[in-house]
Amino acid sequence: MHLYDLPLAFALAGLALYVVLGGADFGAGLWQLLAGRGDRAAAIRDHAHHAMAPVWEANHVWLIFVLTVVWTAYPSAFSSIASTLSIPLFVAGIGIVLRGGAYALRAGTESSRERRRVDAVFALSSLLTPFALGTIAGGIASGRVHVGNPGGSLVSSWLNPTSLTIGTLAVSSAAYLAAVFLSGDATRDGQHELAERFRLRALAAGVAAGGVALAGIAVLRFDAHRLFTRLTQGIGQPALILSVLAGVTTLALVWRRRYEPARYSAALAVAATILGWALAQQPRLLRNLTIQQAAAPRSTQIALVVAVLGGAVILFPSLAVLFRLTLAGRLNGAGRLADLTSLARHARPTAGGGGRVAAAALVAGIGFLTVADAAWAHAIGVASLLAFVACGYRALLPRE
Amino acid sequence: MQALSFAVHIPLVCFGIALPALLLSVEWLYLRTGDELYRTLARRWTRIMAALFAAGVVTGTILSFEMGLLWPNFTGTFGSVFGLGFAIEGFSFFLEAIFIGIYIYGWNRLSPWAHFASGIPIALAGFTGSLMVISVNAWMNHPGGFRLEHGKPVDVHPFRALFENSYLWHELIHMYLAAYMVAGFLLASAYAWDRLRGRFGRYERTALTAALAAATLASIAQAFVGDWNGRTVAAEQPTKLAAFEGIGRTTRGADVHVLGWYSHGRVEYGIPLPRLLSLLAFHSTHATVQGLDAVAPADRPPVNVVRFAFQAMVGVGVLLVLLSIAVLTVRIRRKRLPESIWFHRALVAAGPLSVVALIAGWIVTEVGRQPWVVYRVMRTSQAVTGAGGIPVGYGALAAVYLALAIGVAWVLLRLRRLPLDDSPLLRADPVEGV
Repeated sequence: MHLYDLPLAFALAGLALYVVLGGADFGAGLWQLLAGRGDRAAAIRDHAHHAMAPVWEANHVWLIFVLTVVWTAYPSAFSSIASTLSIPLFVAGIGIVLRGGAYALRAGTESSRERRRVDAVFALSSLLTPFALGTIAGGIASGRVHVGNPGGSLVSSWLNPTSLTIGTLAVSSAAYLAAVFLSGDATRDGQHELAERFRLRALAAGVAAGGVALAGIAVLRFDAHRLFTRLTQGIGQPALILSVLAGVTTLALVWRRRYEPARYSAALAVAATILGWALAQQPRLLRNLTIQQAAAPRSTQIALVVAVLGGAVILFPSLAVLFRLTLAGRLNGAGRLADLTSLARHARPTAGGGGRVAAAALVAGIGFLTVADAAWAHAIGVASLLAFVACGYRALLPRE
Repeated sequence: MQALSFAVHIPLVCFGIALPALLLSVEWLYLRTGDELYRTLARRWTRIMAALFAAGVVTGTILSFEMGLLWPNFTGTFGSVFGLGFAIEGFSFFLEAIFIGIYIYGWNRLSPWAHFASGIPIALAGFTGSLMVISVNAWMNHPGGFRLEHGKPVDVHPFRALFENSYLWHELIHMYLAAYMVAGFLLASAYAWDRLRGRFGRYERTALTAALAAATLASIAQAFVGDWNGRTVAAEQPTKLAAFEGIGRTTRGADVHVLGWYSHGRVEYGIPLPRLLSLLAFHSTHATVQGLDAVAPADRPPVNVVRFAFQAMVGVGVLLVLLSIAVLTVRIRRKRLPESIWFHRALVAAGPLSVVALIAGWIVTEVGRQPWVVYRVMRTSQAVTGAGGIPVGYGALAAVYLALAIGVAWVLLRLRRLPLDDSPLLRADPVEGV
């Protein structure tokens, strides 16, 4: 492993997390689409919405993470991919706008009719987006992207057997993941009837996703032979086996209603698939571009690795808090009474000299920023002006 | 297309930066006093934040797609130099998304102080996120940290390129204050509108006071920060400054023209303010201001677009500062807000006007840099995609954005009308979470 492989490893880890977490999110939308009509359907739609609402924004940032890492560490590969596969990227983009828009709108709905309409938009875009993203992966995996702007056919780079298979796989595994997660959530909330319904969906979607994956391997044999041989006989083989095992284990766990471990084995199956793809395709990134050729200068790689590791130190504890609260059901369900008696009831905060401090800071700010000319003076000036805003705001806050 | 996306994204960003801090201040008042009114206010603002953040997430995601869809050569050539900024921005976005999830859904479900604490990272991440994005924009205006060899950047120092850039700080502070102005004035607009419609109780008055306090103070600070921005542009991007003011020929003791139209190297029908430009930009009435003629015609930005946007930004800015001074004078001398009907009418106008100034300011910096995407290094025409189909994409995206804008407007109006909850502290249906 070289330094220039490291950002790609980060990007792949981000991709795996996106496929698992974001995928569950898309899948929840799909189940809303397939829920049908009536009270039972409304229960399914509401459950799918509530389970995902606190986490969906964080889940989708993984995609942004993958994009930014790739364009920083492998700029030439990114530009070729983005220009060649612009059509599916654009479709995915539209889908993401519609999904987020639907999330925002749902908060304002009053009647179930309005809610159903918003959910329909949401569900359709939940189908479109993972499919489009899957076709992109297929275009890269089957070596249909060259270096260039655009480097390859604008149409057949994503409208080809591999792309269509991976697109379908993305949709079906999203549905599968979501059903597994939602069964677990419903069991935790004590809604056993709902959990049973999602269990059946999980089993059906799991079999379907497995079938698509097997068919996909056959497609690869004709459409992307290098990938096929390296995945089934070469370096990718252990990952492929791991992914099959994890997939079968998940089905067995769901069958026995052991949803908590099933969450993790389902995620493992997805991660192993991505690992297998990466191992089988390396050292090539695009058809005529290796990872080494695509890599940005060494100093950029180092800076990026430092930034990602530093970010991870802050990110993972925060994510842990979010998921602990979500998985424990603390962020949905009925609220508790806030314990007002424990609040310190101070007398109204005193106005004091806040206003005078603010005025002094303003004068200092003008002096250092506008009259003086040196960089250090400007720094003091800006700090003074910000202090002016902060102190002034404190002094002006309503007190009644 | 990117222009359109930014125009939609920027006002949302303002709320992302400023609203968490305002919210926290109101929640702080609640925690200190135990007064339910502050809590109600904070929860209403939380709803606004939730809706706008969702819209901000999607427009932000689209922007990162467009970096590839529209500017593959720009990203492909210089991704190694500026990409780091966006990678770090990704992390602040993460923190924002995580804690916004906790904050929105944690009302009533976390202890009051834990809930307050969960809001702090949102406000911090709003700052670091804007720091990162502005660092990239500052680099585009004032590139450094690399050398070009055969059209490829070598000797790249991403940290130096982004954070040791003399262009970063003034752009950042300008944007940061603008965020408080836009968020504050827009909120104030809404409550002033209520006042004009005769609905003005203690709740509306408190909300108006808090929003207006942030907006007025930020406006006054912005006047000086804006002037600082102008001086830096004068020193580093003289062609841009010439376009701001329509200075055709290099002039000693240059004038400022208010209004008017630039043609054939001079401003016509403008009101001249003699030598003011030299004084403002270089602190001397005799200083020489470089004109557009210093560079070849192909290297000049579209003067009237830039100049008109600049005038709009400064004009609106001046009006907002005057309004702010009036508000503060009354507050200090009479310990209350102005009460006249014209004051409230002015406030209603101030919100949308501040958005106009914001977008105009963005046009000033981006169009003012044209024809360069990376100042004096890469032309915009060299950066665009070769994939074609831009008009189709543009139309589709415009339609989607229009739908999004209508949707957001609708949901905000609806949220104003919907009761917060039936019983004050318990909510059985967590759809809205707040």
